[in-house]
Amino acid sequence: MGEIRNPENILEVIEADDLLKRSLELTKSGYRFSQACAAFVDGKFELSYSFSDYETYQLHNLRVVIDPATEIPSITEIVPAAVFYENEMKELFGVKIKMINLDYENKLYRIRQEAPMGPQKTEEEN
Amino acid sequence: MGKRSVIPFGPQHPVLPEPIHIDLVVEDERVIEAIPSIGFIHRGLEGLVDKRDFNQMTYVVERTCGICSFQHGMGYCEAVEHIFGVDIPDRAKFLRTIWAEIGRMHSHLLWLGLLADGFGFENLFYQCWRVREKVLDLQEMTSGGRLIFSVNKVGGVMKDIPADMLKIILTTMDEVEEELKEMKKTFFNDYSVQSRLKGVGVLTKEQINRLGAVGPFARASGVVSDMRTLGYAAYPMLDFEPIISEDGDCYARCYVRMQELFQSIDLIRQAVAKIPAEGDLAVAIKGNPDGEYFMRVEQPRGEAFYYVKANGKPNLQRMRVRTPTFANVPGLCEMLKNTELADVGLLVLTIDPCISCTER
Repeated sequence: MGEIRNPENILEVIEADDLLKRSLELTKSGYRFSQACAAFVDGKFELSYSFSDYETYQLHNLRVVIDPATEIPSITEIVPAAVFYENEMKELFGVKIKMINLDYENKLYRIRQEAPMGPQKTEEEN
Repeated sequence: MGKRSVIPFGPQHPVLPEPIHIDLVVEDERVIEAIPSIGFIHRGLEGLVDKRDFNQMTYVVERTCGICSFQHGMGYCEAVEHIFGVDIPDRAKFLRTIWAEIGRMHSHLLWLGLLADGFGFENLFYQCWRVREKVLDLQEMTSGGRLIFSVNKVGGVMKDIPADMLKIILTTMDEVEEELKEMKKTFFNDYSVQSRLKGVGVLTKEQINRLGAVGPFARASGVVSDMRTLGYAAYPMLDFEPIISEDGDCYARCYVRMQELFQSIDLIRQAVAKIPAEGDLAVAIKGNPDGEYFMRVEQPRGEAFYYVKANGKPNLQRMRVRTPTFANVPGLCEMLKNTELADVGLLVLTIDPCISCTER
């Protein structure tokens, strides 16, 4: 029988200033980047950065909650694989991310509307 | 240094069933850099959480892709079921596993055919797709749909596979296995196949880990990662080990997927042997989900992520699908560096790109 490993997901809420530090610590300790995504909840961005340890299958999520006006640093210098994820957060949600290694300047997705899943959408609904 | 120029590859290209664009910076016939662009058919399915409730979203998620349709539905439902804290009936777990593995066979056979077509082996391409038809027939017989199953629901499955159909599945597995044994000889031993695949597009384990690649693409470089070992559906009750290769080239990617076909046949046989003779297909779900969960499943192309966030209302706050191809594109671009222009089409194929998934 193959070994089944199902550890509980870890969700660590951090400040925006700690994002680079924690990303670096996790990658240094053997975790690899899995995904990043944004959600716009109650007037704030919830950014989730997921890292996996393929030895233990542990999933460690970093959660950053910021105001729409707050600018956060890109983790692409530490995690090159995050390029698409950060461009997506920027284009679909309007998250302000500085210094993305390969910034598509809102041309990753060919969509007419600017940040269709971000604050603007909520304003339209109201 | 030779003359540098930029050659646009895609979004329309003979080896691409779906649109992706890559700017290839070439020096003579050698690729120096590859800059990808996606987003030509972005559909905004994730944004539909505002208009569809969490049950209806199962149908939306299943339509993310025609090839991994079932696994999309299963991954989403497992995520919502985790939030509800429900354990679905064993029979439903086995049915999900059988359908998931049938879907994996369909996907891998499709890919092997496209690969054969990519390196100019038309006969092998037709052989793969002929065998794939048998698998598609099973999908149609058991679910009613050749590609989109629509059998998942939050809490279990909507359809059963009766005993007589399970027997047909086993008979078909025997037939497919015999055909695969013959095809395997060609894929693994034929000189022309080896000359196009061996030593081409090599990525090391370290590169794969740095670039976040997943699935057979990663396993072909020696990364032992198979999300089925997380223990969802009926996988904890089945015996299997991730299939890996250490070579990291196109041949290794072909090897891993071919071996996974035999593994899927084995898993289906195990699941049919162990499925409870009778039992409920689903548990009743009451109320609305409240909470969030990150679910990972192993699709044919690799690890897929489902993030679901809910606040006790029928409509989810957020549903996010991170597809395997989305994770594999950075690895593809790294792989394209320093390769011959003539190999680009084949290299793009070897990550088994699914742009429909990526443009969810």
